Amino acid sequence: MKYRTVFDIIGPIMIGPSSSHTAGAARIGKIARNIFGRHPETAEITFYGSFAQTYKGHGTEIALIGGILDLDTHDEGIIESKALAKEQGVDVTTLISEEETEHPNTAKVKLADEFGEVEIVGISIGGGNIEIISMNGFHLRLSGHHPALLVLHEDRHGMIAGVSNVLSKYELNIGHMEVARKSKGSEALMAIETDQQIPQALLDEIQQIPYILTVTRLQA
Amino acid sequence: MANFKTVAELISIAEQENKKISDVMLAQEVEISGKTIDEIWEQMEKAYDVMEKAVQRGITEDIRSHSGLTGGAGKKLQAYIQKGDFLSGETVLDAVSKAMSTNEVNAAMGTICATPTAGAAGIVPGTLFSVAQKLNASKEDQIRFLFASGAIGYVVANNAFIAGATGGCQAETGSASAMAAAAIVEIAGGTPSQSAQAVAIALQNMLGLVCDPVAGLVEVPCVKRNAIGASIAMVAADMALADITFAIPADEVIDAMYRIGKTMPHTLKETALGGLAATPTGKELEAKVFGGQPTKSESKS
Repeated sequence: MKYRTVFDIIGPIMIGPSSSHTAGAARIGKIARNIFGRHPETAEITFYGSFAQTYKGHGTEIALIGGILDLDTHDEGIIESKALAKEQGVDVTTLISEEETEHPNTAKVKLADEFGEVEIVGISIGGGNIEIISMNGFHLRLSGHHPALLVLHEDRHGMIAGVSNVLSKYELNIGHMEVARKSKGSEALMAIETDQQIPQALLDEIQQIPYILTVTRLQA
Repeated sequence: MANFKTVAELISIAEQENKKISDVMLAQEVEISGKTIDEIWEQMEKAYDVMEKAVQRGITEDIRSHSGLTGGAGKKLQAYIQKGDFLSGETVLDAVSKAMSTNEVNAAMGTICATPTAGAAGIVPGTLFSVAQKLNASKEDQIRFLFASGAIGYVVANNAFIAGATGGCQAETGSASAMAAAAIVEIAGGTPSQSAQAVAIALQNMLGLVCDPVAGLVEVPCVKRNAIGASIAMVAADMALADITFAIPADEVIDAMYRIGKTMPHTLKETALGGLAATPTGKELEAKVFGGQPTKSESKS
């Protein structure tokens, strides 16, 4: 079931005018920021499909920027997000693309600073609900409804066992898990949705496993 | 054990356990979320408060959207009702006024609660606050109204769609109208199967409705579609309470909505390329709102 709870239907509480184009966009921005894990210096937003056609009138751009600045869907600061971004030193570029996409409401967000960058692609599936369908070129599906662990690692045997052992030790239940790699033996990504919040200690422990590159936690 | 995926399952659980639709939704929510009833209730009450504020703003303040295309209709209709010489029923017109109020606040980038989306956010609260006043309903029953409408929205969202970009306006205001119709029946003391009939009657009247926002904005025709969506919900609920049934079951109407949405051209699914958006006046308004700038080319901003 794509929509799990009654609050996916009655909600979110948000700043208008469009749950797909405003609330969904804000959530995509917020998850991108969450995955990036810090304040970005630059943000490049690309809109596709319906987003590309109507983003101006819907405030999709300001909602997405609001999300990148870590604002919630109902935060009135969203209305002033462009000015806020300037104030906070985030250089925002907005592009539109006519490239065909799987879903009509698709946005790509690239956040960067001197230490690195993250690129995610999100889709707004209706009523403010979203899915993240790609991270740094890896295909995945994350709803943002559950805490999630994103583990970038070298593609070697035993990696999944190593990571799931740590989850087991902390008594975290895996609700959904996906693994993706660009090619055999190269970089791979594990995306794990959990039923419980993920403690920092667990992240630190996973980071100690050999061949792990980065570990990111996503709060729901 | 409550767990429904269709309207038929929802109704059969309600009937077997002698519960209201809102009870079944609440029980399922407890199971899925792992939260307590109190926590869930409190969260719904927050949504209720936001809805009440938006309606009040719309019927008392001078709301104007940034584009200037909409605002003031909810308030105008309240003044018209006050004069007393209206033709439709007062409760229907009150619901229509409150539905438009919410959607006007939405268009003006005010705070609202999406039900099920922002574009269709007027219909559920509009009918709720009008019917609650008419029936002198308790706060508890009003919160239940939101769980009952949520149950129908949950089925529609998981079996069809609720976004204009994916299914046209039938997916947004159509879903909202069906959700409201079921909840009106419940708050008025009807049975769960009467609620299901109200869903079928309301939604069949919204089938095929295209999403053609002028200038791509959630304003025209959305505000007035929330108005008529609310009135359809009210009339469908009254019909169901009169024990009138519809030949096609609610789940099949939802499925029909899904198939219609799937075959609808993309120009009529929130792209602002067809329907009212493509009329000469629609185009003129678009140019006026965006200063005549092209909105569909590769550009940096």
